[in-house]
Amino acid sequence: MPAKKAASRKGAEKKRKPPANKTVMTPENELSAYKSMLLIRRFEEKAGQLYGMGLIGGFCHLYIGQEAVVTGMQMAASEGDQLLTSYRDHGHMLSAGMDPRAIMAELAGKKTGSSRGKGGSMHMFSPEKGFYGGHGIVGAQVPIGAGLAFANKYEGNGKVSVTYFGEGAANQGQVYETFNMAALWKLPVVFVIENNRYAMGTSVTRAAAGAEELYNRGQAYGIPGEPVNGMDVQDVRAAGMRAVEWCRAGKGPYILEMKTYRYRGHSMSDPAKYRTREEVQEMRKTSDPIEQSRDRLLGSGIAGEKELKEIDREIRQIVNEAAEFAQTSSEPDLTELYTDIYVAETLNAG
Amino acid sequence: MPVEILMPALSPTMETGKLTKWFVAEGDKIAAGDVIAEIETDKATMEVEAVDEGTLGKILIEAGAEDVPVNTPIALMQGDGAAEVAAAQGVSAAPAAVSPAPVVAPAPAAQDAPGSADPEIPPGTEMVSMSVREALRDAMAEEMRADDRVFVMGEEVAEYQGAYKVTQGLLDEFGARRVIDTPITEHGFTGLGVGAAFAGLKPVIEFMTFNFAMQAIDHILNSAAKTHYMSGGLVTCPIVFRGANGAAARVAAQHSQNYASWYAHVPGLKVVAPYSAADAKGLLKAAIRDPNPVVFLENEILYGQMFDVPKMDDLILPIGKAKVLRAGMDVTLVGYSYALVYMLEAAAALEEQGISAEVIDLRSLRPLDTETVLASVKKTNRMVAVEESWPVCGIGAELSAQVMERAFDYLDAPVLRVTGKDVPMPYAANLEKLALPNAMEVVEAAKSVCYR
Repeated sequence: MPAKKAASRKGAEKKRKPPANKTVMTPENELSAYKSMLLIRRFEEKAGQLYGMGLIGGFCHLYIGQEAVVTGMQMAASEGDQLLTSYRDHGHMLSAGMDPRAIMAELAGKKTGSSRGKGGSMHMFSPEKGFYGGHGIVGAQVPIGAGLAFANKYEGNGKVSVTYFGEGAANQGQVYETFNMAALWKLPVVFVIENNRYAMGTSVTRAAAGAEELYNRGQAYGIPGEPVNGMDVQDVRAAGMRAVEWCRAGKGPYILEMKTYRYRGHSMSDPAKYRTREEVQEMRKTSDPIEQSRDRLLGSGIAGEKELKEIDREIRQIVNEAAEFAQTSSEPDLTELYTDIYVAETLNAG
Repeated sequence: MPVEILMPALSPTMETGKLTKWFVAEGDKIAAGDVIAEIETDKATMEVEAVDEGTLGKILIEAGAEDVPVNTPIALMQGDGAAEVAAAQGVSAAPAAVSPAPVVAPAPAAQDAPGSADPEIPPGTEMVSMSVREALRDAMAEEMRADDRVFVMGEEVAEYQGAYKVTQGLLDEFGARRVIDTPITEHGFTGLGVGAAFAGLKPVIEFMTFNFAMQAIDHILNSAAKTHYMSGGLVTCPIVFRGANGAAARVAAQHSQNYASWYAHVPGLKVVAPYSAADAKGLLKAAIRDPNPVVFLENEILYGQMFDVPKMDDLILPIGKAKVLRAGMDVTLVGYSYALVYMLEAAAALEEQGISAEVIDLRSLRPLDTETVLASVKKTNRMVAVEESWPVCGIGAELSAQVMERAFDYLDAPVLRVTGKDVPMPYAANLEKLALPNAMEVVEAAKSVCYR
């Protein structure tokens, strides 16, 4: 199962002594990052296809283009650290090691889905893997992420909460309420602003004052922040390591603004009138995170064309299996309508 | 000509207070603005300043005197420039609304109705007299002693000892790790509490009043209530949202709203609204132990009222069970929280007129104990639902629909509702009185359904 592979790979990484210059990726790091990003890319492409076939309903927000962000951050985080994000969450779940089949089945609203078909694309969770959603209300995950960090500090467990939100959510009031409390109480939380330039159809420059420096938005609270090239997994990982280390040392929160880009629409129903085709093509051509990673692998001789082809084949197989699993699974039993509203057997028991 | 200095009121609902100390002695010269005395109610302490200059003649009420009625002369001012005193704002005073108990809670007249006694309380259990405020505090303290995961968070809950003194003493016992003052950011700290609950802690989030929880209602509904369902049961949110709900006194429209039906509307939440101190204690302990999100609606005016509370090591009452406070044959009166004050008073008045009213305290609003209500209506064949909230889509409306659907053939009269009037709460004393229900309206409604 790929989920297990990802977990054990991560475990191995933890045990190994970090290289002298921790920000330089080892050949294993390069390869593992490439695979993780490619899995997200292929998974999302498949989800897009299934959506087009009517097998996935409602909203479906694809992560294509932004793969380096969560991949690099997960490499910087340790086993047991938590993460949560908005509704553009498939990549985060895959990166956390959740089973691609359960994610795809949930997208399709099947009983084998991660949330037994009751959450859908935007609402999946895996406390076991440290993934706390999947939140459909813009910005709501930010104080929740700080709450995870609060619990970490309360229990002294040394974990860090990595809380992702978009540049659109960065204008929400509750984000600043959270910055204030996180700084005041020195909570171990990394705020990752995934600035993909467009909040639905509104470009960041039309929505945010100081749009070029969202990483400075914590300045008034004394929260350090830095801009990161979110299209390069090496840069993301290096910045993530600085941030996570800062939090784990008890110094409080840290902000990383990931300059990234989504190739697809906000959701599947997106007229794409707010940006030019050329802009998207240019980003794909010059900044694609997977192409950059691939070039490095080939250029440094870590992997050859043949090996990469094999990786691609493996990943396509994982994704095809997930799609097959989702399509052949049954819908939830009708009795599921009334389950999981309350924690079992307590409705009248108190 | 000596001028009387009167016992000041900290709020319109204050009737008595303690004169803690005098800062001046007889014969002292006093300048305007001098602090001359300190007075205290059960929730606030305040310094009294002289408004004018003069000489203190005679002290009429000695320091340490308790239960001094408002407007009692406490001292005489002599000589030129007769002085007055006025309450100083913001010296060490509590927030605007202060309400020491104006009324002693009417004792339930009969305890012999079916289901009236809580089976959780063994017969013959010793009772102690306790205010709702103390009962709530004890409930939190007991649960915090029993479980390190329980913590209390909110505005002024720690160093200030609670805006309404409900968390008094908790900081001293449990320290700043577990009793946490927040900035005034309901949206933020509510979301933060939900995250802590997702991670396995058991937060008790205090809203100074539920009026301010409107800033946070997205997290109460979308984050706390729905996540267990949306996660297919993978995530739980064991959290309590508690605080004063509904009308206090003279605080006008933005600080007087009753949110009972707002929260009772939402699957995934449990909603509790106790009247008595025993229920407040037993149900808050149950709420803290409950693995689901619980909205716990308190009432500011009830905080100071005294009730008998069973002396038990671990008083846990079931959420979702109503209680028959008074058995009766002719009409069912059903309500929750402060409405019980009107209902019990009305039941006593009705008895004098030969009408036997059964009084049901719902205690929980979700789950709603319709079985107890239906059993009563099948006996009395008449029902009046009472609440301080607005009538439209209220708890009374829901009860009325349930009774119509499930006991239609038993009804001898249409169900009537006695509610707060369908207006924003006015400030003026006479209008405010008019906007709230009262015992006489309950009596009239009961007589009406009895065709009397």
